[in-house]
Amino acid sequence: MLSVRDLTLFYGDAQALDGVGFDIGEGEIVAIVGANGAGKTSLIRAVAGMERPAGGTIRFRGADIAGWPPHRICNTGIGQVAEGRQIFPSLSVMENLQMGAMLPRARKRFRQSLDEVIALFPRLEERRDQAAGTLSGGEQQMLAIGRCLMGRPELILFDEPSLGLAPTIVADVFRIIRRLHEGGMSIVLVEQNVSASLRLSSRAYVLENGRVVAEGASAELANDPRIRQAYLGL
Amino acid sequence: MTWELAANVVTGGLLIGLVYALMALGLSVIFGVTRIVNFAHGEMTVLAMFAAVILFRQFGLDPILMSPIVAAGLFALGYGLQRYLVAPFVTRPEHEQFILLLAVAFALTNGMLIVFGPEAQGILTDYSFDSYEIGPLIVDKTKAIAGLISLVVAALLLGFFRYSATGRAIRACADNLIGAGVVGLNVPYLYALTFAIGAATVGVAGCLLSIIMDATPVLGPELTLLAFIIVIVGGLGSMTGALLGGVLIGVSEALAGLLFTPSLKSMLSFGLLILVLVVRPQGLFGKSGAR
Repeated sequence: MLSVRDLTLFYGDAQALDGVGFDIGEGEIVAIVGANGAGKTSLIRAVAGMERPAGGTIRFRGADIAGWPPHRICNTGIGQVAEGRQIFPSLSVMENLQMGAMLPRARKRFRQSLDEVIALFPRLEERRDQAAGTLSGGEQQMLAIGRCLMGRPELILFDEPSLGLAPTIVADVFRIIRRLHEGGMSIVLVEQNVSASLRLSSRAYVLENGRVVAEGASAELANDPRIRQAYLGL
Repeated sequence: MTWELAANVVTGGLLIGLVYALMALGLSVIFGVTRIVNFAHGEMTVLAMFAAVILFRQFGLDPILMSPIVAAGLFALGYGLQRYLVAPFVTRPEHEQFILLLAVAFALTNGMLIVFGPEAQGILTDYSFDSYEIGPLIVDKTKAIAGLISLVVAALLLGFFRYSATGRAIRACADNLIGAGVVGLNVPYLYALTFAIGAATVGVAGCLLSIIMDATPVLGPELTLLAFIIVIVGGLGSMTGALLGGVLIGVSEALAGLLFTPSLKSMLSFGLLILVLVVRPQGLFGKSGAR
């Protein structure tokens, strides 16, 4: 479905990605793990078009989308739940959801998407007219996921969805990701919570200094002594 | 001084204030979304005034009826300006944006000096000297029309941002630019559209001003400054603030003419500006802690 090859990205002179490659098949859930500054968020931002890669290809359903502007990439069916949630704080919950459905691919199916999102997050219906900035952190994360679903994505890039949330809410977020996956959604999960993301995903890539240093089935990586020592603190 | 006279002066100031408010609304909209300060705002207003003057003198077309046409022209100008000239500067430091827009302002003023000359040029419609009598009030017809149309256009603008999908998308860009990219809003297009809407607003305001005051190229910097005072008094980025600021400035200018001498009118508006900056630096309707 998505196939990234030799992706390089610079911020000025600083290299953030150095020849990264990864694949994700239809309906698969793939984790990308690594320490802070390893290039995880850069990778997400490059795939989503928010950073312009210096080289490499990003093939989604056959088309090379590397260097496309974000609104075009979104419209191919790649949704994003960004780090820090990035909701619109002064817009109401409903307006936030509408913004998720502004893509040409999603506009006509607004009602259907809204019903689906509200079935998944009934809380959002209760708070529909409230300014999104007044929601709790967990509710904001639900809104960010709901808003992404309004764009009718076929692949969702999750960037640190558990960051800054209380442990019980984190469990909720992971449950929802699992549920989306069971519904057939393809998911790329970037997390610093390595053990949880290895449990959730079928395959994983380990990033270090902008390079893929290990890849494989998540269960195997979770038992790899090097990974256990470096990322799981075992 | 009778209270009737005072009431008349205040009403006149209020109506002109509404036109000022409409002009300032354009500035506020552009800044509120793109964070670009349009230093060529007054110059664009004067351009619209001259457009109205030309249409009237050459073709005998009424400036009020022509305001949608002039607004469309300014819309196109604003769109092009943002898309091709300002867009590359959006992420640059503020002083570089400042110089770019200032250059546009100079180019416009001097271009108009070359084309139209330095003389003040006014419009005399067949209703220029009409007035309405409402009880003790005598209201100039030109001011009444200009004020009311400003109010209607301002309401349309507020409605557009509140209720239309595109208006909401523009507000979303102002609210969280990263978020706008995340959900796939076409930010460069929406920015250009915002600039175009701000410029079109100025197009209408310019047409309305052309029946109240004479157009001259050197009016540009004065109007830019006026628009600034209004949005700072009202609160940068706040649309209701710009409306109220405009009315306040209009009334205070009129009162200055009545109580002191017309040449002191700027002193009173600047006094109001200083007072607001001291007492409530974020402006009357501004959010505290805003950039």
